[in-house]
Amino acid sequence: MEALIASAIAVLGGSGIYLVLRERTFSVILGLALLAIAVNLFLLSMGRVAPGQAPVIEEGLELAAYVDPLPQAVVLTAIVIGFAMMAFVVVLSISTHFVTGTDHVDGGVDGGVDGGVDGGEDTQ
Amino acid sequence: MAVLLIILLPLVGIFLPLVLERYGRLAATLGAGIPTLVAFGLLMSVGPSVLAGEVLVLSKPWVPALGLSVGLRVDGLGFLFALLILGIGLLVIQYAYYYLSEEDPIGRFFSYLLLFMGAMLGVVLSENVLLMALFWEVTSLSSFLLIGYWSEKAAARQGARMALTITGLGGLSLFAGLVILGQIVGSYELTEILASGELIVGHDWYLPMLILVLVGAFTKSAQFPFHFWLPNAMTAPTPVSAYLHSATMVKAGVFLLARLHPALSGGDAWFYLVGGVGIATMCFAAYVAFFRHDLKGLLAYSTISHLGLITALFGFGTAGAAVVGVFHIMNHAAFKASLFMTAGIIDHETGSRDIRVLGNLRKVMPYTMVLALLGSAAMAGIPFFNGFLSKELFLKETLTLSMLAEMPWLVPVIATAGAVFSMAYSVRLVHGVFFEQGRGETPKVGHDPSVGMLLPVAVLVAICVVVGVVPDWSAGPLLAAASQSVVGAELPSYSLSLWHGFTMELLMSGIAIVGGIFVYTQRARLYTLAERIWPALTGKAVFEKTVELVASAATRLTGMLENGSLQRYLMLLVVMAVAAGALPFIQYGFVTGPQELTPANPVAIAVWALLIVATLATAITHHRRITAIICLSVVGLIISIIFVYLSAPDLALTQLSVEVVTILLLLLALFVLPEAAPVEGSRLRKLRDVGLATLGGLGMGAISWAVMTRPQDSISDFYLEHATYPVGGGTNVVNVTLVDFRGFDTFGEVAVLILAAFGIYTMLRYTHHTFVEGVPRTADDRYPVVLVSASRPLLALILLMAFFIFLRGHYLPGGGFIGGLVASVALILQYLASGIDWANERMRMNFRFVAVVGLLIATLAGSMALLMDLPFLTMTLLDVDIPLLGQSDFVMTLLFDLGICLAVVGSTMTILSELSHMQEDAEPFDKAARAEESDPWKP
Repeated sequence: MEALIASAIAVLGGSGIYLVLRERTFSVILGLALLAIAVNLFLLSMGRVAPGQAPVIEEGLELAAYVDPLPQAVVLTAIVIGFAMMAFVVVLSISTHFVTGTDHVDGGVDGGVDGGVDGGEDTQ
Repeated sequence: MAVLLIILLPLVGIFLPLVLERYGRLAATLGAGIPTLVAFGLLMSVGPSVLAGEVLVLSKPWVPALGLSVGLRVDGLGFLFALLILGIGLLVIQYAYYYLSEEDPIGRFFSYLLLFMGAMLGVVLSENVLLMALFWEVTSLSSFLLIGYWSEKAAARQGARMALTITGLGGLSLFAGLVILGQIVGSYELTEILASGELIVGHDWYLPMLILVLVGAFTKSAQFPFHFWLPNAMTAPTPVSAYLHSATMVKAGVFLLARLHPALSGGDAWFYLVGGVGIATMCFAAYVAFFRHDLKGLLAYSTISHLGLITALFGFGTAGAAVVGVFHIMNHAAFKASLFMTAGIIDHETGSRDIRVLGNLRKVMPYTMVLALLGSAAMAGIPFFNGFLSKELFLKETLTLSMLAEMPWLVPVIATAGAVFSMAYSVRLVHGVFFEQGRGETPKVGHDPSVGMLLPVAVLVAICVVVGVVPDWSAGPLLAAASQSVVGAELPSYSLSLWHGFTMELLMSGIAIVGGIFVYTQRARLYTLAERIWPALTGKAVFEKTVELVASAATRLTGMLENGSLQRYLMLLVVMAVAAGALPFIQYGFVTGPQELTPANPVAIAVWALLIVATLATAITHHRRITAIICLSVVGLIISIIFVYLSAPDLALTQLSVEVVTILLLLLALFVLPEAAPVEGSRLRKLRDVGLATLGGLGMGAISWAVMTRPQDSISDFYLEHATYPVGGGTNVVNVTLVDFRGFDTFGEVAVLILAAFGIYTMLRYTHHTFVEGVPRTADDRYPVVLVSASRPLLALILLMAFFIFLRGHYLPGGGFIGGLVASVALILQYLASGIDWANERMRMNFRFVAVVGLLIATLAGSMALLMDLPFLTMTLLDVDIPLLGQSDFVMTLLFDLGICLAVVGSTMTILSELSHMQEDAEPFDKAARAEESDPWKP
């Protein structure tokens, strides 16, 4: 199982990084979403793989019978915050789209509107 | 305590002149003078015990982890300097009252002056060397402010900047040196450092440390090659030049040499570096001073020369030379401050400082002339003045250097040459200004100033004469006490008398006096010669060129990194992150841990395969955006299944509900953004990104693998043990952690959520939704009948379920976060199914208000504890049963969780409903208007 989870984190993180480096804002948002998932899974994996040991206290069970609750609490808030940040980035990209007329990350490639860097990185 | 007050009085007093300025110039002056006078009185009160050889040390820890303490120390050396700072400070304050004109903001001047005074006192009275470095920086800053006091003058600003750059860099260097010194000794307290001389000199790090410290000392005391800032600092008002740039601040460097003399001196490196730089500066600056036509410029170079002399004396490394060094510090402060003030008087009364223009002033300014004459005599080293005594002792020390046994004549010859020019420029100062016929007309006809302006000069000149005539009686005790802290308890034998018989040093003094007069008589020829062959290389030019080079290099580097492309920044960020993550792998290697692995079942492998496919599909299909969103939703759903498997039911619920709102959000975004993206970017670029992504992904996977295969040592047992009793009173440890153990985290995170919602609200409300081609005004699709009719009865059911999830959270998976998200889903479903207008009509609710109320409820629940003197967010308050609801702590946590829940609902709904509103507001695309808006040629 550990290998499956580690490889899942690797694929999620790698895909996230790849998408974050794309030219269009929407791809970057998708990339951030994948990265967030990868990081959440990574954080949770700090509590080790322990199926069937949910941290809900029952009478007469030893402490060792529960999985570490702390990463879960951290990840829970991280999911919610991740959503908030993602919503913010989405709206930011929409606003940029309105202002610059393009959804290119650097602004003003196909729009040719004022501001923005000509051609983004490739043409530098 | 008296010692602490000596430093604090001027520092606290900096507000007095500012406040009192409105009551007139005299009031502002008194505001500066009174704290100084009181501090002076306090210093006098500790005087007798210090002169008796006592060392007062006061030490209170400040940041013990850094070795920083508020440590103060009054010994002979510190006392001597404090006396100079406060004594000359008082005279300068009186002088400045007459010197500054009505237009100058006098309050600001005095508050800068007091800031400097307090900082300088801090430097000389610090026991902790880090504290000393702190005060050292403040003296550089206050010097900057004072040099640039007449900020309307370009030269003043340039001079101030140059001084700050040079002394500031020196300060950094000094700080580095002192940190190394502290590491060598193991303590930053002077008492320890001074007692560890042998350890320090023998240490491997001695030389780098010494060089760093010396750069600090040399920049401050304007030693070659850092000397050039001082002449450029002469754009400061003359009281500042007299005070900071001759008597006190520039002495901080030699003070440091004296202070650390017991710890650092003794090695060859010390002798050649300090002695060599000192003697070279002394001779070179005396030579340059002779050719300065500006009175203050001459005095500035003379100051550099005398500082070089003092530096050289400490550099010789012998006890005898150090005593002479201390003696010359005292003497120089007296005569040079008096001469600067005289120069200021001449400037003030005639309007010129150019020696070539000035002349024949003896008739109109007789009193000034007498004072200038006496001061110059002290500077030149004429018998019966204090300068003579220390200069003769200096010449004597040059004759007894054991280090240069092969060339015993070298240093005495250089020293005598310096003394010749010293005599020459002193003669020039008096003769050129008061006797010779000037070549031009001064702007004003000079006359003697008022008594109040002459008095400070007279006091200093009187000191010069008294010390020169009866040295042992006047300066003896102070010198003995100060020297003791430099060379230790055993003072070498020295004699402060006028007549030592016919000695070699007397001969050298004689040569200097006669030679100086001779050089002066040849001045006309020398000036013509100098004008022809004066080197073009000046410190100022080198400095400006260097600054220019550094600035342009910085601009180039910035331009290279920051080219305006966000893509580039993101790429650099990823590269840095990958590099930082790779470092430990390279350093320590990668080893799988010993933990036994969990077997994988076929279902898990199938789910895993689905996840991998969905993830890669998201990345690959990102151009076709709808497809990508669907793939992403698959990823999210599988992740919630994985959470279930990993024993995290709360997370699974959260992930599931967040997934729903996230996908909704992305779909809403696609309403505005183009549905498909063009394929762009070179193949090389793609290859690079794939490479980076692979590296990054592999790194993340490898780290989690390494962690998961190692046994766990967690702090969580505490939470598990205490969740039910005595802290949380619940069985769902994750929820108890959120609302109780780590309640403050949750509180903060909910605040962030609300902030994000408000940010989105403002962004959407205040950007103009125009000028984008292809954005439709409203969606034309019909609302699907099945969804409409199903969603309405479902609303009540889902809300009920949300309430249930919320309530049971403390004991079973659920809680405020999840309940809030589920409720949001229920509400948003109505928007989706029946349209915004329909939903808005039925939900007349301001969701921003709901969010804020939620946060307030959470705050309220947390603050209850404050009433009972318990920390914020303590939930276990009373052991009381409340009817119907149960234990009081349970009620408290429920209240807090309710706040969280409302905040989540409010924020989520604000975000989503604002996004849907936006489409209503969007105006249709207007090509002409946009063209006009973006026309670069539009006026």
